[in-house]
Amino acid sequence: MSEPTHHEKSHGSQHIVPLKVYFAVFAALMVLTATTVCVAYVNLDWLNLPVALAIAITKATLVILFFMHVKYSGHMVKVYVVAGVLFLIIMIGITLSDYMTRGWISVPRGWQ
Amino acid sequence: MADHAAAAHAHTPGLRHHFVDMDQQRESARLGMWLFLLTEIMFFGGLFTGYAIYRFSYPEAWRLASHHLDVALGAINTGVLILSSLTMALAVRSAATGKKQLLILFLIATLVFGLVFLGIKAKEYHDKFEHHLIPGTTFEAEGPWAHQEMLFYCFYFAMTGMHALHMIIGMVGLLILIRMSMNNKFSPEYHPHIELFGLYWHFVDIVWIFLFPLLYLIGRHAA
Repeated sequence: MSEPTHHEKSHGSQHIVPLKVYFAVFAALMVLTATTVCVAYVNLDWLNLPVALAIAITKATLVILFFMHVKYSGHMVKVYVVAGVLFLIIMIGITLSDYMTRGWISVPRGWQ
Repeated sequence: MADHAAAAHAHTPGLRHHFVDMDQQRESARLGMWLFLLTEIMFFGGLFTGYAIYRFSYPEAWRLASHHLDVALGAINTGVLILSSLTMALAVRSAATGKKQLLILFLIATLVFGLVFLGIKAKEYHDKFEHHLIPGTTFEAEGPWAHQEMLFYCFYFAMTGMHALHMIIGMVGLLILIRMSMNNKFSPEYHPHIELFGLYWHFVDIVWIFLFPLLYLIGRHAA
């Protein structure tokens, strides 16, 4: 089970992140929050929702990578995180693909 | 180094017998916590899916109803929660570097910011009550979308309520962690409780990061 290189690896599992990284992420999150509030009052028509979502996804990614240490975690943790996001996309995507396309085909009197 | 595992067991009190070393034990704990968080993602994901369906079905009602929410309070709460995430991340770092006083300090700071968030949330709920925006027989809205606006507030209270419940559970967790820290239960090598609770806390923060724009900010551009 244990090889000579194993001991050297043990520093990787418990990564001490420099303080400035945390403060930089915090600052970025605050700036993005202010941005999303300001942009919400600008009329971008249909673009308002995608912009708000893009900012939220950026913020969430910063939290996951740095605050939740996923950037410094092992491959299995990364696979878990990606799987979580993937299944969320499947749930929302497939559900909405139903609801958003119901008007496309006219079925006059329902299924009979 | 062939008996590295045995040596590791002899020198690290926190190491359970079925793990090779602290490295593997930490990674296993992380995986377990992430597995729990995946179920949480799907749980909140269901609420977000329902929100998306009805926002698509009644965009006008969603726009009108969201105008009754207080953007200033929501934005302040977002800042407070991000601040609490920072102090939580610093608490985990303090635990890993063995700084006990700082660890306790940052845990208390996280607790305080969490309480501030819940306080502001309570004020918002109170305002909604005063303005008759609680779904039910007393709900007051005018116009053709009155019923659908009530539906928006059903989602508002279900989503923010579930989020607030997670915060309250987090408060209890923080109190336990503060007590354990004071009783010297943690070492730089062994503090999984702190690290895993940190993951939970950041997850709750992420939920709010999505709730804030979707509930408060949609439709602001067209008054």
